[in-house]
Amino acid sequence: MTDIATGPEMPSPDQPIGRPVHPAIEVWYHFRQNWGAVAGLFVVVFIFLIAIFADVVAPHSPIEQYRDAFLTPPFWAEGGTTKFLLGTDAVGRDMLSRLIYGARFSLFIGFLVVVLSLGGGIVLGLVAGFFPGIVGDLILRLMDIMLAVPSLLLAIVIVAILGPSLTNAVMAVAIVYLPHFTRVCRAAVLTELTKEYVTASRVAGARLMRLMFKTVLPNCMAPLIVLATLNVSSAILDAAALGFLGLGAQPPTPEWGSMLADAQQFVKRAWWVVTFPGLAVLITVLAFNLAGDGLRDALDPRLKQ
Amino acid sequence: MLRYIATKLGLLIPTFFGVTILTFSMVRLIPGDPVELMAGERGISPERHAKLLAELGLDKPLLVQYAHYIGDVLTGDLGKSFVTKKPILTEFLTLFPATIELAVCAILFALILGVPAGIIAAVRRGRVPDYAVMGVSLTGYSMPIFWWGLLLILLFSVNLGWTPVSGRISLFFFFEPVTGFMLIDSLLSGQEGAFRSALHHLVLPTIVLGTIPLAVIARMTRSAMLEVLSEDYIRTARAKGLRPWRVVAVHALRNAMIPVITVIGLQVGVLLGGAILTETIFSWPGVGKWLIESVRRRDYAALQGGILLVATMIVLVNLFVDLLYALFNPRIRHARH
Repeated sequence: MTDIATGPEMPSPDQPIGRPVHPAIEVWYHFRQNWGAVAGLFVVVFIFLIAIFADVVAPHSPIEQYRDAFLTPPFWAEGGTTKFLLGTDAVGRDMLSRLIYGARFSLFIGFLVVVLSLGGGIVLGLVAGFFPGIVGDLILRLMDIMLAVPSLLLAIVIVAILGPSLTNAVMAVAIVYLPHFTRVCRAAVLTELTKEYVTASRVAGARLMRLMFKTVLPNCMAPLIVLATLNVSSAILDAAALGFLGLGAQPPTPEWGSMLADAQQFVKRAWWVVTFPGLAVLITVLAFNLAGDGLRDALDPRLKQ
Repeated sequence: MLRYIATKLGLLIPTFFGVTILTFSMVRLIPGDPVELMAGERGISPERHAKLLAELGLDKPLLVQYAHYIGDVLTGDLGKSFVTKKPILTEFLTLFPATIELAVCAILFALILGVPAGIIAAVRRGRVPDYAVMGVSLTGYSMPIFWWGLLLILLFSVNLGWTPVSGRISLFFFFEPVTGFMLIDSLLSGQEGAFRSALHHLVLPTIVLGTIPLAVIARMTRSAMLEVLSEDYIRTARAKGLRPWRVVAVHALRNAMIPVITVIGLQVGVLLGGAILTETIFSWPGVGKWLIESVRRRDYAALQGGILLVATMIVLVNLFVDLLYALFNPRIRHARH
């Protein structure tokens, strides 16, 4: 308690003294001390806004082809025009607009993957933790097997089975991340199950479902939230890699990875079609990693080095 | 120690069978049966279809099919490629040295740069070198390596003309592979400039594949060093009046390397995943590029065999790392399992 009282977020005078600060405020207090994390969060929010208001911000349509402007360089380079600020691609589409709309896909992929594997991982982890016998072992073995195959390769196999598309790429990456969430959730469940409040709840007659989802799960969420935040960035990277290999989003979808796949053959003639989509991926992933690291340190200050 | 090895080996068997179930069911989950897949776009008459199914044993119950599959796998028969009709094991073993060569160079690159960088960051904690190393390594960790590869090609191959764009060696050189490792083979061939050419071809792929391991190793070395540097025996060593670099390089580093070794083991999977992208960008004739081409050609037999081999190898490497770790750290092998 003492370390909370010394922080600047002390209870205001109208609050009764000794009332604990809300956990979220405490997390924010730790989070904002890390300027890298705050910067990352700003960039994430900025990309979010761009994605939401893509229709307003983008100067052109992402799929309209200007037939008089193939491979126009960015405006500052020789031959560039301010009509296409970051130039155009090989079929005359505005790069900037495609990048802006691409933010939608990348964020959507990142969050959908994490929500899917978080949900699946919670269920599997709870079951594995509550039934440590055959069922738990079976689940753990299955997860070990999935971990034995490189994640990108496993995702490629799943896409090969399902067929290449954006939805299937999301499914594939979500399945690939399942083992991490399951293991973290199970470990947290096993720790919680030894605690007395769980026994008390059992004695009070709580049913299995209530024990699982209302009693135990909320106390297992901290490590899961950290894992989820950090995995948003990996999901964006992996989905972009699938797009690059031609197994994710299909043309003319302005997804950053598949934009790079199209651009690969123009590496000698048009640097801008190669540079910008990858830069967008890098900035987004870096921002999520910075914010995720900060959140991890804030949620669990013991881990901080 | 023997008991520890036995337990670890015991755990290996169910994992291996699990992987075979995965690869076995994979081909059966794909819409259409293997015969249709082999026939491809041309189609096939129903009689011939039935005959081929019977020939391949695909008309039998799944359990019987699986038993056959396991029998084949255990005797080293992974089937034949749908496309080239060559045995998959042979194809894999021909290409594998190229991937190993690239992966070994990448991990060496990551170690040679990553360990010193991590040490400097730990020693200069909270100052400019620390922030620089941590910033660069976080960027490396966030890097889409397929783009990084294209960027390096753009800079070093297209603009500066320093390195070749693709392949393992210049087309001017030709010699029969002896070991499969181009660096060694080019030396053995005795042709002037061959080794230099092989080295030039290796530089960019090594950097690209080594970037993420480099970032991970630098971060890991830093945090392991920080932990060790705060230990009492380090203070004792300093108090004895040892030179600062000796305390860091000899006393601290030795213990800090243990977690780093584990991380290197974990990077094997990352390296093989990264090899798929790196080999595709640089047209590097290795296993990763072959797997991707198998997906594109719908050569599921090759994909099935390749995944089984890759997964088995990763499991074995992880086992090796576990054992190595136990050898260095007696606390692990004596812990209860």
